[in-house]
Amino acid sequence: MKHVLSVLVENKSGVLSRVVALIARRGFNIDSLSVGPTEDPTRSRITIIVDAEKVAYDQITKQLNKLVCVYKIQDLTNDAYIERELVLFKVNAPAERRSEVIEIANLFRASVVDVGASSLTIEATGSENKLKGMEELLESYGIKEITRTGKIAISRNSKEA
Amino acid sequence: MSEEKNQRKLVTVAEAGAPIGSGSSNPKQGERMTGAQAVVASLEAEGVDLIFGYPGGHAIHIYDALFDSKTIRHVLSRHEQGAVHEADGYARASGKVGVALVTSGPGATNTVTGIATAYMDSIPLVVITGQVPLAMIGTDSFQESDIFGITIPIVKHSFLVKSASDIARSIREAFHIAKTGRPGPVLVDIPSDVARQETVFEYADQVNIASYKPTYRGNAKQVKAAAALIGKARRPVLFVGGGTISSGASCLVEDLSERLRIPIATSLMGLGAIPASNPLNVGLVGMHGSKYANMTLNRSDLIIACGARFSDRVTGKISSFAPDAKLIHIDIDPAEIDKVRMADIPIVGDLRNVLGQLLDQFDADAQVPDTEEWLSDIELWRERYPMYDKRLDENTDYIVPEEAMRLLSEMLDQDSSIVATDVGQHQMWAAQFIKRTKPRSFISSGGLGTMGFGLPAAIGASFACPDKTVVCVAGDGSLQMNAQEMATATINEIPVKVVVVDNSALGMVRQWQKLFLNQRYSATELHDVPDFVKLADAYSWEAERVESPEEVPAAYERMLASTGPYLIDLRIPRDQSVFPIVAPGKALSEAVGAIDLDEGVVRIVDQPEADEEGGKAL
Ligand SMILES: Cc1ncc(C[n+]2csc(CCOP(=O)(O)OP(=O)(O)O)c2C)c(N)n1
Repeated sequence: MKHVLSVLVENKSGVLSRVVALIARRGFNIDSLSVGPTEDPTRSRITIIVDAEKVAYDQITKQLNKLVCVYKIQDLTNDAYIERELVLFKVNAPAERRSEVIEIANLFRASVVDVGASSLTIEATGSENKLKGMEELLESYGIKEITRTGKIAISRNSKEA
Repeated sequence: MSEEKNQRKLVTVAEAGAPIGSGSSNPKQGERMTGAQAVVASLEAEGVDLIFGYPGGHAIHIYDALFDSKTIRHVLSRHEQGAVHEADGYARASGKVGVALVTSGPGATNTVTGIATAYMDSIPLVVITGQVPLAMIGTDSFQESDIFGITIPIVKHSFLVKSASDIARSIREAFHIAKTGRPGPVLVDIPSDVARQETVFEYADQVNIASYKPTYRGNAKQVKAAAALIGKARRPVLFVGGGTISSGASCLVEDLSERLRIPIATSLMGLGAIPASNPLNVGLVGMHGSKYANMTLNRSDLIIACGARFSDRVTGKISSFAPDAKLIHIDIDPAEIDKVRMADIPIVGDLRNVLGQLLDQFDADAQVPDTEEWLSDIELWRERYPMYDKRLDENTDYIVPEEAMRLLSEMLDQDSSIVATDVGQHQMWAAQFIKRTKPRSFISSGGLGTMGFGLPAAIGASFACPDKTVVCVAGDGSLQMNAQEMATATINEIPVKVVVVDNSALGMVRQWQKLFLNQRYSATELHDVPDFVKLADAYSWEAERVESPEEVPAAYERMLASTGPYLIDLRIPRDQSVFPIVAPGKALSEAVGAIDLDEGVVRIVDQPEADEEGGKAL
């Protein structure tokens, strides 16, 4: 089962290594990971998406909780939460098809951030479904490159740490 | 004994984590000094009086500051691995935090096996490593190694200190973290320019780490539920691991056992926690545990785990381990709960607190189990399946390791001796036959199984307990992995005794080859090199070789009477096996080589999943 973990950690060098090393050592594959400082500059939030069965998942969260650099772990999976990701698509767009591509971008409230002779770069944010839908549409034009931030998530009810 | 027993008082994390030294009232508080001096002042304030180490370029300033310390004795080991094992042996024997100090690069990487050994066995250590100057980190400068990164998976926590003003706080936190909660090694990496910076020394008494709050007190509802479950059990067993020793809960376990008439079984790490002479103690379980102890654990209907983690060396095949048992799992580390075996009642807390809380329940009105039938079954098994029977080796003219260990056990004063071991067959014979009465009197690398641990650990233990006789039961392979530490013993007048159970082979591996790999003895012969007596002599030890059984008692006598370090090269035949053995991956009930007196004085092979009735002769 997919789990969305929001891990509040010390904002210090080495902390990300510890978290990632621990997850890797116990044999889990990380689907997505993103990290950034929080409202408190001494703390960072790591959003991790892992796929794991219950027993393994319990073990991983307990082990993470044991790390001295970890303040708190929230599993957002079963709560109402908002999930976002930012994606940059570099899409084939020769002059004659450029407007079609721009139209798709507009449809998804994405914006064109760079224009080349035969390609466009589109910046899009949103949920997994929205971005997937957009990617599928753009594929027919030929996607030259995709880069993504990894997902970040936040709970809807204000159960803040 | 009575001290612990009568004081059923609550242990708190603040108490457990406080410095044993002067803390903030240390005489150097508020002084301006260099980072290196702050390292030494911190150790002094912490109450450290002994550290093991090895200097080098990036530790040189800390060593320089150490030169002025009036209270800290530094022991120059002969290898950084030795230094860490010595600190570890010191910690295991004393219950205090062991401290090692080494330089950057190769000095730091040489500590890795020592740190991993301590991590696996939850031993509190603070390892201080010199590091290249801050600005040179990451440039592959001379003797740079990313020891912080290298040790991430094997430390409880680590610090890379970036400013001299952080030294005191980092070291205070390192000690607090090392010895509270589930103990473990903590690394403090100090760049050499940080050691030269100036700072004002301020040492704190308490630390407050928002993200580190171990649970000390058991949940009252869980404790109550546990008491109720115990009351209803018919075949309960207390399963004692290393956590019983580190929390100092031995007497409480005994108390509970005696009051409720519940038998006790111990893991390798739990040996010594409960006197071997306690009639309710069935002793060692697991791969080389006795058949009766394994039956006790495996047939129980309730396991009360006290600081034990259900290692695969204990459980054998996990799916057939103790199939009828419910589990009350008491551990200070929540991650141990449900890791290997699902707990019916988990209780997270310090064992001393939780057992005290449990005893309170029985002081009140909790129901007490009726275990008399269970205990008499166990007694029958104990008689029927003894760990060893002399008659097996009658008329032999060679030294029988079981007998040699039994004799050593008899000749040691239980109250004033410590036994340390290396890793291999000799370790298991020592665990099976050397009877221990006191916690912290049996020291062995359980989790990592580190060959070469024994001698330095024995040296560390001897530093911790100068009044005790410390004997290292070593293997001829293992001893060679840290034999250089013989010099450390000589120079510091540490009178450790080493009994090399010398089979000219990597015996344990060879035993597996013999039993499981068609006697294909790949790379397990050691030949008769070196001559251990001459080797000991080169280090100015007394030493002798013993080759026949009748010489053994007098040799032990000479060894125990000697005032300095002493080595006995105890020659045993190459192809002895440790029995019983549960093959890796097999169920605990499928041991090979237990003795069944109902079949005669013979070793038997258990049939898969069969009852005690069905063994076939080996
Ligand atoms: C550092 C290390 N390397 C390898 C092993 C694997 N190993 C386990 S027991 C053993 C043989 C030990 O031989 P020895 O010390 O002579 O003891 P014996 O089994 O003969 O009593 C080996 C090689 C280990 N435990 N530790």
